[in-house]
Amino acid sequence: MAIQALQVVAQSATTMTPPASAAKTVHVAKLIDISSCIGCKACQVACMEWNETRPVIGDTDGTYDNPVELGANAWTVMKFNEIENAQGGIDWLIRKDGCMHCEDPGCLKACPSPGAIVKLDNGIVDFNSDKCIGCGYCVAGCPFDVPRISQTTNKATKCTLCSDRVSVGQEPACVKACPTQALTFGPKDDRIKYANERIKDLNGRGYDKASLYNPQGVGGTHVMYVLPHGDKPTAYNGLPADPKISSTVGLWKGIMKPIALLTMAATVFAGVIHYAIKGPDTVDDDHDDSKKS
Amino acid sequence: MSNQEGLVRYKGSDRLNHWLIAVLFVLATLGGLAMFHPSMFFLTGLFGDGSWTRILHPFIGSAMFVLFVLIFFKFWHHNVLNANDRKWLSQIGDVLNKNHDRLPEVGRYNGGQKAAFWVMVLTMILLVVSGLAFWRPYFSHYFSVDVTRVAALVHAVSAWVLILTIIAHVYAALWVKGTIGAMWTGVVSRAWARKHHPGWFKEVTGGK
Repeated sequence: MAIQALQVVAQSATTMTPPASAAKTVHVAKLIDISSCIGCKACQVACMEWNETRPVIGDTDGTYDNPVELGANAWTVMKFNEIENAQGGIDWLIRKDGCMHCEDPGCLKACPSPGAIVKLDNGIVDFNSDKCIGCGYCVAGCPFDVPRISQTTNKATKCTLCSDRVSVGQEPACVKACPTQALTFGPKDDRIKYANERIKDLNGRGYDKASLYNPQGVGGTHVMYVLPHGDKPTAYNGLPADPKISSTVGLWKGIMKPIALLTMAATVFAGVIHYAIKGPDTVDDDHDDSKKS
Repeated sequence: MSNQEGLVRYKGSDRLNHWLIAVLFVLATLGGLAMFHPSMFFLTGLFGDGSWTRILHPFIGSAMFVLFVLIFFKFWHHNVLNANDRKWLSQIGDVLNKNHDRLPEVGRYNGGQKAAFWVMVLTMILLVVSGLAFWRPYFSHYFSVDVTRVAALVHAVSAWVLILTIIAHVYAALWVKGTIGAMWTGVVSRAWARKHHPGWFKEVTGGK
């Protein structure tokens, strides 16, 4: 990957037109080939090293998941699941969980603070802590349950796809550390071609439902999976089969915003008009006493 | 209850409570709108910045709710809608055209005031319950993301309805002269009471 001068193409709580030159920027993607993953967690370690995140040592839940969940200091976590296969044996499914870098990011749509969440022209979705107000709306907006609010800083955090490394022509830290090339990074088109080769190979080895996970409900993602069991994404620790920005979030952050402000302004305006036309409702003789009635 | 000058409508403690709620409502609305619509985000400057707005908003709202609970227990029995109130509401055109002679007799509160009271009760309950679901960092972790999403929408819709109701409430007070004094000094003129709340006038004066 060549060095790219990254430009912002979308910002939270901001109406903007992306710069024309952004259309030419190559979209990047990280491909996670689950069939090649050995679950070594080198990616987790590299992520913590590069991003200087140090999750507090927690408790084991009896599985290999460690830490158990994504956290403010754990931006990627390997999730281990077992399923029974058609031959009656066990398939061990290992999925590297983390931000999917959606083309249509729910976090960005939900965020109320201008510029706290940005989408770069190469497809990376990044959080800007300086502008984050810690409200957690991004958590509600995300269809993958990825963002976490730090208990210490009260700021939202997640995988940045190592935007700092990518902007100087490096691959993300997790990709660099992967010993089996289960993780690869580069132009999205190239990663899709490579994924299709992997899928053909898997098909020939009996995984006839193998497929690429690049969900169109969020406009495609810049982190994609090769799923050996492509017909059962949810078996991979609940990977959503058809992720979309929730319709409740769509209403709240869509049509409701202009309708609410317009009706409030209209109600005030109606009062002004009514007062101007009908005049105040006065009591004729304010010094009236009981004799009259 | 009555004296030569006028009739006592609100005690000092009721007025104090009302105006505290009013101030808290304005603050909660400004902070809430700032986090609701990007065009209103500049209002966060009133509270320091975006983070301070986010921190203060739920405390302001909770304080408003607690004070409103006091008002609720004191005034709910004055706000039970009866047949006259329903008739009054159906003749809202006559109300707006000041055709007082065509309207049914109004007691301590008219149908509009009573309806507004119950809308305030309902929306404030919804606001507090839904607000808890995404009050960070204290309560949000007790709720799932699905609940949070619904709560955020319920919170926004309830706030919208409450704000519209309060706009109407404030306009009615400005439009009907002599009304603001009721909440400012606690006293209304006898003529005001006879015109706008004849049922209540008879009740407190014995019909004199």
